[in-house]
Amino acid sequence: MGLTPIADTSIFDLRASRRGYRLNKMCGSLCSPANREEFKRDEDAYMAKFGLSDEEKKLIRARDFAGMIASGMNIYFMLKIGAVTGNSLYRMGAQMRGERYEDFLATRNFKDAV
Amino acid sequence: MPSKIVAGLGLSHVPSVGVAYDRGKMQTPAWKPLADAYIPVREWLARLEPDVAIVVYNDHGADFMFDQYPTFAIGAADRYAIADEGFGTRPLPAVRGEAGFSAHLCESLIYEHEFDLTVCQELAVEHGFLVPMNLCFEHGKDGWPVAAVPLQVNVIQHPLPTARRCYKLGQALRNAVSSYDKDLRVVVLGTGGMSHQLQGKRFGFMNASFDQMFLDLIEADPDRLANLSHQEIMEQAGAEAVELIMWLVMRGALSAQARRVHRHYYAPMTTGMGLITFQED
Repeated sequence: MGLTPIADTSIFDLRASRRGYRLNKMCGSLCSPANREEFKRDEDAYMAKFGLSDEEKKLIRARDFAGMIASGMNIYFMLKIGAVTGNSLYRMGAQMRGERYEDFLATRNFKDAV
Repeated sequence: MPSKIVAGLGLSHVPSVGVAYDRGKMQTPAWKPLADAYIPVREWLARLEPDVAIVVYNDHGADFMFDQYPTFAIGAADRYAIADEGFGTRPLPAVRGEAGFSAHLCESLIYEHEFDLTVCQELAVEHGFLVPMNLCFEHGKDGWPVAAVPLQVNVIQHPLPTARRCYKLGQALRNAVSSYDKDLRVVVLGTGGMSHQLQGKRFGFMNASFDQMFLDLIEADPDRLANLSHQEIMEQAGAEAVELIMWLVMRGALSAQARRVHRHYYAPMTTGMGLITFQED
């Protein structure tokens, strides 16, 4: 029963979801323009409102996307913090791969389809 | 005459298609291969004159958060709003529902087929639902040419329903549609996939030969696909490819005689975008 680890992959199960609950809850709240504005105005105050730990706050401040995933962030919820901080999926992906954005794009079949 | 499923489609719901659509970029070289593939599909669908689309999709944190995340949820409303999933609300008209039909589907699925769905009287639909709608139907200022029933599947927080369970839900859905006494022509859209992984060092992983195998078998031997474990799909096609189980809901809702009409595959960036269509004669 259940899943076994897959190399270079995070499996978002209930244990990860429990671990990342506060992060995901905060990102879920970014589905409203008013909340996005509030986040942009004062990130620290916004993070405090959702009870993020010091470690979690550090990950958000550093835009450390691999770190967020490791802390239980769900990828689809991470897209919302990406959008509000100007980081597209492909930029986040390049960072998670440990590559420059341009180098990542060069690995694609048709890099203009963004 | 009772209601009838006239067609089924398996198709990807990649969010960047919605962005390209809204910015008028579907005719650029990067998107034209995809846009062209859907021209005959839209013409074919228009000839079939469907009244309702049952759209099997997954929420990406627009309606459901992890405080409450349903395994299967179905819309039972007259109207579905367009969601803001964190990037703003797309300029699309709200989608008309068919609440009486939804109520019948819920009763049939829960009483007769023992699928205990979460029933939603308010749902705001997002890219998992809207990208396939954009690709299949042309909307006007005030609405869409079909009503819809959103059918949401948890494919993001494990434990997910098994591929087999999704296939059985499709079979139950077929029975439920055909026991509705109003004469509705129904299409079923199974959305998502194909191969992709969006996190970890394996970000950007795709597997075109897995995708082609899946397209072959969804036509010829869906029962074999229903045997796939989540583990097998995730290892071979990327962690996020597991959402392909939603295509099995669509395929389960079709008869053994359903005839394949269109098939297309395009993988420009990080997701294998598949398309397959079936018609009931």
